[in-house]
Parts: sequence; C-alpha cells; structure tokens
Amino acid sequence: MLDLHGYGWLLFDGLQLTIAVGLCAMVVAVLLGLLGSWGKLAQNRWANFAANTYTTVIRGVPELILLLLVYFGTPTLIQSIATSMGYDIRVDINPFIAGTITIGFIYGAFSTEVLRGAFQAIPKGQAEAARAIGMSSLKVFQRIILPQALRFALPGLGNVWMVLIKATSLISIIQLDELMRKTKIASNATHEPFTFYLLASFIYLGITLVSMMVQKRAEIWANKGVMR
Amino acid sequence: MDFSIVWQYLPMLLEGAWVTLWITVVSLLIGLAFAVPVSLARLSNNPFFSSPAYLFVLYFRGTPLLVQIFLIYYGSGQFRHELTDLGLWGFFRDPWFCGILALVLNTTAYSAEIFRGAISAVPRNDIEAGRACGMSGLLLFRRITMPKAFRIGLPAYGNEVIFLLQATSLVSTITILDLTGISRQLISKTFAVYEFYLTAAAMYLVMTYALVYLFRMWEKRLSGHLQERVVSEPR
Repeated sequence: MLDLHGYGWLLFDGLQLTIAVGLCAMVVAVLLGLLGSWGKLAQNRWANFAANTYTTVIRGVPELILLLLVYFGTPTLIQSIATSMGYDIRVDINPFIAGTITIGFIYGAFSTEVLRGAFQAIPKGQAEAARAIGMSSLKVFQRIILPQALRFALPGLGNVWMVLIKATSLISIIQLDELMRKTKIASNATHEPFTFYLLASFIYLGITLVSMMVQKRAEIWANKGVMR
Repeated sequence: MDFSIVWQYLPMLLEGAWVTLWITVVSLLIGLAFAVPVSLARLSNNPFFSSPAYLFVLYFRGTPLLVQIFLIYYGSGQFRHELTDLGLWGFFRDPWFCGILALVLNTTAYSAEIFRGAISAVPRNDIEAGRACGMSGLLLFRRITMPKAFRIGLPAYGNEVIFLLQATSLVSTITILDLTGISRQLISKTFAVYEFYLTAAAMYLVMTYALVYLFRMWEKRLSGHLQERVVSEPR
C-alpha cells in the first residue's frame, strides 16, 4: 500500500495554498479580462492599443519567464531606481502576492479574449432596445450585457481556470510553499520522488476533474432560461 | 538598465534560442507521429483501444507539465536499480531524454485531442461520397478523411505548437540550457535580471509570432478556396 511516511499532511497544506493562489489569481484574471476587453472594444485608439499590446505580448512569452521577471526583476528595478535617487533600500516581494499577481496578469490576457468574444456575441439590437426604453448605459450594462456575456464566457473562462490552476505549479520555482514545492520537500526527505510526484499529479488531476464537473453544472445553470 | 551586457552575451542567448527551437521541433515531430494513432484509438468503438487512449489523454492534459517533467526526471531515480538492470538508466539519467519524453507525451495528448475533434468534424457527406466512389478503409482515410481533418484541425494545431514552444521553457528546471536556462545562468553570473529576462522574452515573442505567421500562411494555402474573397464593387 501507499506509504507516505507521514508526509501526507504536508501535501494537504500545499494543496490548500495552491487552491488559494489559484482562486485569487482567477479573480485578478477576470477583473483584468473585463478591463482588457473593454479596452479592445472601446472607441478609443489608446485603449485599443494598450489592450492589444497586453494580449499580444503576454501570449507570446512563456509564463516562467514572466514569473521570474516579476519576482526577481521588480525588486531589482525598484532598488536601482531608489539607488539612483539616493536611497538604499531592500525590497522583497512576498511570493504569494508575486505569484498571484503574475499568474493573474498572464491569464488576464486569455480571459480578455474570452470576454471580448462574449461581449461581441450579444446582438447590438438588444442594447439599442434597452436604450430606447430609457435605461442608462450603466443599467444596460448591468441588466442586459453582463448577465448574457457571463453566460457566453462561461465555457471559455472554465478553460482559463483549468490552465491557470495547472500553471500555479510554476510558483514553486519562486519558493512559495504550494503543492509542488511541498511535494519536492517530501520527496527529498523520503527519497521516494516517484511516489510523491505521482500523488501530486493525481491531486492536480482531481482538481481538474472536479473543475470539469462544476463547469458542467454551472453551464446547465446559466443556460436554464435558453431555448434549445 | 544597461543592455550593453546583453550584447556581450548575445551569442550564448542565440544558442539558447536555437536549443529551444530544436527541442520544440523534435518533440513536435515525435508527438505528431504518436498523436495520430492515439486519436484513432480514442475514436475506436472498441473499448480495449479507446479507454487506454482516453485515460492517457485525460492524465496528460489534466496534470501540469512541470509535474510530468519532475515525475519522469526525478521520479525515475526511485527505480534506479530496476532501470539499470534493464539497461535504461542511461536514458533516464539524461535530462535531455527526460525533458523531451515529457514534452512528447504532453503534446501527444493535446494533439490527439485536436485530431479527434477534427476527424469527427469531417462532414458525413464527404465520407459517403468517398464510399460511393468505391473507396473504403485505409484508402478512404488517406484520401478523404485525413486531408479534410488536417485542414479543420490546422488552426487548433497551430495553437498547440505555440503552446509547446512556450512550454519548452520548463525544461530549464531540469538543468537544460535552453533560452530560459541560459538566461537564468547568465543572471546568476551578472545580476542583470531585467536585461536578460526582457531580451529572452523578446526572443520568445519573435519566435512565437514567426510561428503564428507561418501557420497562417499554411492555412491560407490549404484552405484558400474556403476563405471569403473581397469582390470589388461594380461601378
């Protein structure tokens, strides 16, 4: 039988942190996605340019490079700016915050595309009809656009979540004690790397399967009012 | 920021970029060769073929690539004696073998899923027409199903190629000096964090969009007849 030498709880701690980072990063990603899709669809050249640059650059560079850039690069940048201004400070970024922000920032680009597609899928006539019966543009967004956009975006955002939760394993490289790093600690201590990495992979698989089920439920719930 | 230091080490970075491209192409080609049979097994009506293929695809798409790399590279150490007896330890000790093996298995799973979707999206009429002309079995597959499925699946496969190119950066965690690995090594030597990571990011960006462009051209060539044409208005 599987003998974990008492390291099972360590993986459980790591799992909790993985899910915490994943959920926080997903919130960041959806907020950035809303902002980014607004930027892409706005009638403003600068907003378009900023949003297009954001998605183009992020999707063209590996997550690992971006993660290392933010985690190791930002303190160096702040320090060198401080030094040039005559201060001598030392900046350390909390790995949880660095990881959450970086992963959220990367997947914000992917959810930008998902949400842009969702907003575009809503017939223009609906917003015009709502304006015509006297709703303010905020009301139109709140009552007509957003509820439908979320329904259209649900499958895409579900996919973003599943890629995102797997990408959180990269944060172990910047020393955050999430599932992957705890696994490394346990496998170094017990000299049974295969057992522990296999177990970790099954935990990730479990997260994926649960997410798939939740996604299916959520889609059924969101499409309740739609005729087929 | 001082980019002159990057100039000094540019040949090493370019070498790293070459390694990245090389690993991508090798994993891609081997993965492609495996993905077609796996996708066919997945579509088979015989559960003896379809369920292993399903589990394979589920496992490699449902777990992070980093775990797969570590499982193969570090995990094989647990079976060192058994592998030595089999004469395979020489392979599993080598980070190149393990890295490429992990990438191959990963891209096989993702591409198999793409091909499965593409093959089942081939219109029934096309296949019926092929049958009506007297084709069956392998001939039908080679002449009708495959070319059509290839065109349907090409855009999604292009995305997978780009995904793989970026995923190769993870092999730097098992000591391979690809573009990411070289950058990390040079940074630990020179402490020029921003300069090297930004340069590496720019190089990845160029490689990614070169691939995007190539695939777009290929798509145009293969299915140009399906694309919308701009017809000029008569005056």
